[in-house]
Amino acid sequence: MTRNVRHTLPFGGGRPRAEFEVNGKEVSVEGHPMERLLDVLRERLQLTGTKEGCGEGECGACTVLMDGEPVLSCLVPLFQCEGHSVVTVEGIAEIPAARAFLERFVEAGGVQCGACTPGIIVAAWALLKQNPAPSRAEIIEALSGNLCRCTGYEGILRSFLPGKGA
Amino acid sequence: MSPYRAGNPRTLDEALTFLGEIPDLVVAAGCTDLMVSDLESRVRQTHVMSVLGIEELQGIVREGDDLRIGAAATFAQIGRSDEVLKSFPILARAARVIGGWQIQNRATIGGNIVNASPAGDSLPVLLALDAKLEIAGPKSTRMIPYESMHVDYRKTALAAGEILAAVRIPLAAETRVQSFRKVGPRAAQAISKVVVAMSASRARDGFREVRVAAGSVAAVPVRLKSAEDALEGKWSKGTAAKAGQAAAGEVTPIDDVRSTAHYRSWVLRQIVERMALEMREGSG
Repeated sequence: MTRNVRHTLPFGGGRPRAEFEVNGKEVSVEGHPMERLLDVLRERLQLTGTKEGCGEGECGACTVLMDGEPVLSCLVPLFQCEGHSVVTVEGIAEIPAARAFLERFVEAGGVQCGACTPGIIVAAWALLKQNPAPSRAEIIEALSGNLCRCTGYEGILRSFLPGKGA
Repeated sequence: MSPYRAGNPRTLDEALTFLGEIPDLVVAAGCTDLMVSDLESRVRQTHVMSVLGIEELQGIVREGDDLRIGAAATFAQIGRSDEVLKSFPILARAARVIGGWQIQNRATIGGNIVNASPAGDSLPVLLALDAKLEIAGPKSTRMIPYESMHVDYRKTALAAGEILAAVRIPLAAETRVQSFRKVGPRAAQAISKVVVAMSASRARDGFREVRVAAGSVAAVPVRLKSAEDALEGKWSKGTAAKAGQAAAGEVTPIDDVRSTAHYRSWVLRQIVERMALEMREGSG
């Protein structure tokens, strides 16, 4: 139950710095403790796959995995990343087991304008890791924090079906 | 030395020491509200301490006569906890309608309480289940009824230097019938217009120990005592309607960006009546 948080980032001396893992690589980032993980990823680590949508925790576009669970990177401050592991959509693209799902997502028309896509891919992959054969209701619940304003949800849902985009 | 200071303490002792030593230290949990207000105010907190890693704030376990839920327990953990599902199903249901999956993975029950939004979805549930709070201070730990926590709009009974360590729900409440309803613009990822939680012991002729609590209808989450009185004791045909009426008469909600006072009163009356009927029929 206890989270894997090292007690570094000590109060007092030195510049605030957080050491954590991004897509399997150790990173060390100096910065304001409240800097958004979203900005750290996009502007410091050049991982621009993660998108900013609303910036206030409503839309899910900036979803990344933290210790394997989907979180909103616009709401995670840098200092709380210390000792944790973060996976972005770029990291998921490198996972061989995710390849089949990503291909189905494209074939099924899961992508329309693309703004919500990275967040949806991250949340969907987290769901499939926990539940390889989710029901329609389970998919809808898992993706309820990700908004698609093209309202292309049917294509997204179809990409969970086995085989070609049904 | 940097003007900013931040820390992730592992123990309550460490955290309480920091809190005593650093003026204006902001205590942060899942940050799902703090990051938004940080952005809106355009002023970043300069000294922050995370409570997410504090050992004493973890876990959901039976302890004596209570279920102890660590303040850093996330709504994802609460929503899937066997103990919570078995004893306090309305708390699990509330946990699963707070934000979406991503929010539930970060937002904590302690954060929901201390952030003290009148729209906090878990808060009426805690009122309906007679929850208590374990509050750690520099010298000792004290226990207060949850009902006395919210003293005014966004003001809590937490004193300077104190940290909310856990929520305790008396296991005696697990035999009560329980009901929870959230009314919002959509099922997920929405801030409530009205949220209601109820519990009561079932007697042969009606209900005893009735609790009716609501959120988003006043400056703080409130117990609706006249609705409770209306439901207490012998059940008759008009009981549920009377309770709904009493509930709506007891609060003066406001118009805001999410709803109107008129709608909130109307919907509060309707759902209190419906929930009472469902509890009576045993489907609440």
